[in-house]
Amino acid sequence: MRHRLTCIVCPLGCLIEVKVKNERVTEVIGYKCPRGREWAINEIINPKRIVMSVVKVKNGKLPTVSVKTTKPIPKEKIPELMKVLAQIEVKAPVRVGQVILESPLNLETKIVATRDVESA
Amino acid sequence: MMESYDVIVIGGGPAGLAAAVKAKELGLETLLLDENEFLGGILPQCIHPGFGIHYFKEELTGPEFAHLFIEKIKDVGVKYQTSAYVLNIENYSDLEKKIVFSSPRGIKEVWTKTVIYAAGAREKHAFEIGIVGDRVAGIYTAGEAQTLMDIYGIMPGKEIVIVGSGDVGLIMARRFALEGAKVKAVIELMPYPGGLARNVMILRDFNIPLYLSHKVVEVRGKARVEKIKVVKVDENFKEIPKSEFWINADTLLISAGLMPNVRLLQRIGVKIDPSTGGPIVNELLETTVPGIFVAGNALLINDLVDYVAEQGEIAAFGAKEFIENEGIPSKKWIKLENGQNIRLLAPHYLSGERDVYVYARVSAPMENVKIVFPEIKKKLRSPMVRPAEMLRIRLKAEEIRSAEKKITMEVIPQ
Ligand code: SF4
Repeated sequence: MRHRLTCIVCPLGCLIEVKVKNERVTEVIGYKCPRGREWAINEIINPKRIVMSVVKVKNGKLPTVSVKTTKPIPKEKIPELMKVLAQIEVKAPVRVGQVILESPLNLETKIVATRDVESA
Repeated sequence: MMESYDVIVIGGGPAGLAAAVKAKELGLETLLLDENEFLGGILPQCIHPGFGIHYFKEELTGPEFAHLFIEKIKDVGVKYQTSAYVLNIENYSDLEKKIVFSSPRGIKEVWTKTVIYAAGAREKHAFEIGIVGDRVAGIYTAGEAQTLMDIYGIMPGKEIVIVGSGDVGLIMARRFALEGAKVKAVIELMPYPGGLARNVMILRDFNIPLYLSHKVVEVRGKARVEKIKVVKVDENFKEIPKSEFWINADTLLISAGLMPNVRLLQRIGVKIDPSTGGPIVNELLETTVPGIFVAGNALLINDLVDYVAEQGEIAAFGAKEFIENEGIPSKKWIKLENGQNIRLLAPHYLSGERDVYVYARVSAPMENVKIVFPEIKKKLRSPMVRPAEMLRIRLKAEEIRSAEKKITMEVIPQ
């Protein structure tokens, strides 16, 4: 399998090609620096993303609070995490940085609030 | 006696917040007016990361970036009023301006020496990009959909077609996909995607098809959007006959770009640059009406919030200079003009008395280029320029002074 990626590590945006055989990287071409090479390999072998969403708030001035994961999580875990976030509800007031969930789905991340929501 | 200020900042988004903090730090009596119930402008609804990498040296989400700034406003003690809708700016003389605004306590009038206008941008709507058909529910601008989802927690639809592959359109594609909606297509008029590379990656993450050189021309449905007609266009954006196809969807999201919000400024005679859609300004971001400054997306559409905040601070320095000298004292202005492959730029007039940041956008993507200012013999190299990424270039005072009347900026092959 050949994967073509535009590197996002720096504004140069090199076109990098990663060849994979039996789940092992066999060749990487097109990068102009080692950071890009490492990024492209991770992007194919173990892509991770910061996830953001909103969570329901009870008795708040706003009905939702925005949240994010403190660390990028494996891409394939995202749909499951979104389901968890859709089911929870927090009570106002909520403060920026407040931990909403500790290691959801046993992932090495926390879910924290990214805005203040005052009590209604 | 009527209240009076050195500076009134109109707009509490990132440009206005930065302007107000800096103005107050510079010792100016400052009042910040914002029409929303809360400060932050559109930041509280931009829940994705990517903000403040330059300004706060860490990657924040929009609400977090706003939060840090609002704390600063409180720390330095800027007076502010939310739910304050500015009705009129009246220009009596260079140092006497009256701002009329409605607030929950009725109509108020305040005097000020200078104004920093930071009212942001508005979104282009469906009729502005030539979409015809039924007037049905389910057509939203990206910002409207974002407010619904990320402030009020309401999903606008289940099967979405997005017009426009700029950053806002792509970020909304991700939001919808994350929330379990089906994003059926992103339709882009240009032959290349409009957004930053890291946002274009979203399409691959969620297997969202991108149609380049295509446009949405018609929407059909009874009470709600049911199907959307798409056609291919040639290099002159002309529709190619018989290339049309229909996509079934319940929602059309318009993300066709932003326009500086300049209505109040035009009313007092501020001259507009047709290429930016914002005011013509000098290097301190003063408009053609003395003492009226502008910053952020009301000046020109930015891609990074950091630049928006930076412009707010420049305008605050401008206001201080204006008040101290009863006007901006430069004797000579050198005009900065768009040359080859420069679609727009600001500021438009430079004095040569200080270093200046020039903000510019190219018309088309290009590889291995030189960014040249021929009159002052300045030359920079860049491996890649894209319309989505604003160029920000520092010109030194002595470089500017070496020009006679004008400086041209151009992007040419190496
Ligand atoms: S490979 Fe290196 S130089 Fe090229 S875009 Fe990535 S980080 Fe930048």
